[in-house]
Amino acid sequence: MRAPAPAYTANDGVVDRAGERLGANLLSSLDAVGEVALTVDRETLVETMVALRDTPGLEYQQLMEIAGVDYPERPDRFEVVYCLLSLTRNHRIRVHVQTDEEKPVPSVTGIWPVAGWLEREVYDMYGVLFSGNADLRRILTDYGFRGHPQRKDFPLTGYVELRYSEEAKRVVYEPVQLAQDFRSFDFMSPWEGAEYILPGDEKAKLPEAKGAPTPLKADEIQKADAAKTAVAAPPATPKVTESTAQTGAGKATPDADPKPADPDVVKKPRAPRAKPAASGDAPTAPKPRTRKKPDSN
Amino acid sequence: MADHLEAIEGRTDAADPEVGDVAIQNYTINFGPQHPAAHGVLRLVMELDGEIVERVDPHIGLLHRGTEKLIEHKTYIQALPYFDRLDYCSPLCMEHSFVLAIEKLLDLEVPIRAQYLRVFFAELTRISNHMLNLGSHVMDVGAMTPNLWLFEIREDCLNFFERVSGARMHSAYFRPGGVHQDTPLKLLTDIADWLDNRLPRIFEDAISLVADNRIFKQRNVDIATVSRDDAIKWGFSGPMIRGSGIPWDLRKSQPYDVYAKMDFDVPVGTRGDCYDRFMVRVEEVRQSVRIMKQCLNEMPEGPIASLDRKVVPPKRAEMKRSMEALIHHFKLYTEGFHVPAGDVYVATESPKGEFGVYLVADGSNKPYRCKIRPTAFSHLQAMDFMAKGHMLADTTAILGAMDIVFGECDR
Repeated sequence: MRAPAPAYTANDGVVDRAGERLGANLLSSLDAVGEVALTVDRETLVETMVALRDTPGLEYQQLMEIAGVDYPERPDRFEVVYCLLSLTRNHRIRVHVQTDEEKPVPSVTGIWPVAGWLEREVYDMYGVLFSGNADLRRILTDYGFRGHPQRKDFPLTGYVELRYSEEAKRVVYEPVQLAQDFRSFDFMSPWEGAEYILPGDEKAKLPEAKGAPTPLKADEIQKADAAKTAVAAPPATPKVTESTAQTGAGKATPDADPKPADPDVVKKPRAPRAKPAASGDAPTAPKPRTRKKPDSN
Repeated sequence: MADHLEAIEGRTDAADPEVGDVAIQNYTINFGPQHPAAHGVLRLVMELDGEIVERVDPHIGLLHRGTEKLIEHKTYIQALPYFDRLDYCSPLCMEHSFVLAIEKLLDLEVPIRAQYLRVFFAELTRISNHMLNLGSHVMDVGAMTPNLWLFEIREDCLNFFERVSGARMHSAYFRPGGVHQDTPLKLLTDIADWLDNRLPRIFEDAISLVADNRIFKQRNVDIATVSRDDAIKWGFSGPMIRGSGIPWDLRKSQPYDVYAKMDFDVPVGTRGDCYDRFMVRVEEVRQSVRIMKQCLNEMPEGPIASLDRKVVPPKRAEMKRSMEALIHHFKLYTEGFHVPAGDVYVATESPKGEFGVYLVADGSNKPYRCKIRPTAFSHLQAMDFMAKGHMLADTTAILGAMDIVFGECDR
């Protein structure tokens, strides 16, 4: 390992010894990122913990931490993680147990009294029940709090906010009101396969407004171009820049021709105009264009 | 005399009061949440028999800010400043666990100078934390002067933090891959001078006022004795477990950064009482000075953060010249870096004990779960059995010797 993380005794043989001792109670084991994690059976957790504490070669005397993790997509959505420490062997191990909102996890307060508050915290934050914990009250949240805030489906802002009310002369609770929408940025690059619609793209799928021209398809444009070149190939005058007359230098306008009329500019008096041969019926009758008289731009 | 005998003899209690005439019940009082000796917002519901503490039920969570939930919605680098605000008396030691956890998941190499700088400033943090705790402990049991003197040292420490990071308390100085910026040489020489002259003079003066003081000993010796077995069962760590006589120091037994190269002693107590815990902390300050001096002697020149540009943003001067650096800077400060999936539990020796971070990464740029293991949780929980049978006035000494800060306890 290159990182300067705390270095303790190597993990060699820990999984084997634990597997031998725990037998069928050990569901799976993982040795990754330099740490050993055992997933064990929930029902026999206390037995497992006693074995991990008392077996020579394992000797995990101290329970340092109990962490809850929420994986809403799993059938047993909660994972309770016990971080054990061996003072004699100078080694750490993690024990994982899976459960859901209803199935209780056996409490380990009988082995380590420190588990009392740690289990209370997991209960408070996730709603995981611990059977055998005599004092399973909330611990960190407010008196009278409802819900379990660390669950993934609990919003970051919560549901209620409190303020001191000058009229009532006490703190009042109100439904939370956000002055600004909660912003959650996502950093998925659209080039790396984002599976949602980017802002603005939803318009591509909408039905078009009535009367709008149907946009050309790529093959139709190709066909039209082919027909045009077949009918009237433009005279091939190679563009050269040998004299100022050819480049247009020194003239007020680059072209000697008068400026083409702009069909969008309304002039007075308005003469009845011929129907502009613009885009409306383009796909069926492509008009061969000449270079001299563009009638629209 | 019993009531029925008195009734037979025709005497009344008011005329002849005796022991046992009035039945006295235990009564329950609230200690805090706004008591100066509660070191923050702690509410202790105490059941007292006269002045003897029968039962203590600590109510915590009055400073709960949902740090762990907030961290799940921030990128790794944005989550870092929350750690300063956990234990606001030793902010850099809180950051230390978090950056080590990230580096462990990334398997990121950290330059040797950065490791020295981290150890150096973590030890300075330890000194400043112990100054606050020793001073307030002394003040809780009745002495005024040492607290004022020790705050002088703490003020110096905060000035040093300001000079290295720009902030007196919430430094955000340790970063994944190293530290934020290099220290000026003048700062290091100033700290060296301070370690040689000012710190030992003020500190030893202040401690000499209380260490052998008869009143101070009467208030602390044999108060809240914790045996070795209890210390292990209740998950103690740091000065609390060392005070009970177990030589367990994560800097020594599970060295991180360059602690393996450092030469220092681990002080232990003999009786496991409040006085031992106090003296363990006093000696730790002296050992921290030793470690800092070694750092100053051995610290090499070199980069102060990893050169992996996918994790550590480039310096501003480089950004002005290089397009590549500009892109890296932009990506790292908007999207942040992605951490490979996995989970680790990394614990370091903070001044108060084992401060751990259980970090679950899912391969994205935000932590999936970041469980913070506060030191105060296990220590404060033991308050019940430690205070049982002691006088009400002893609870302040017990609390002072525990070194609790509620930013960390409540998160």
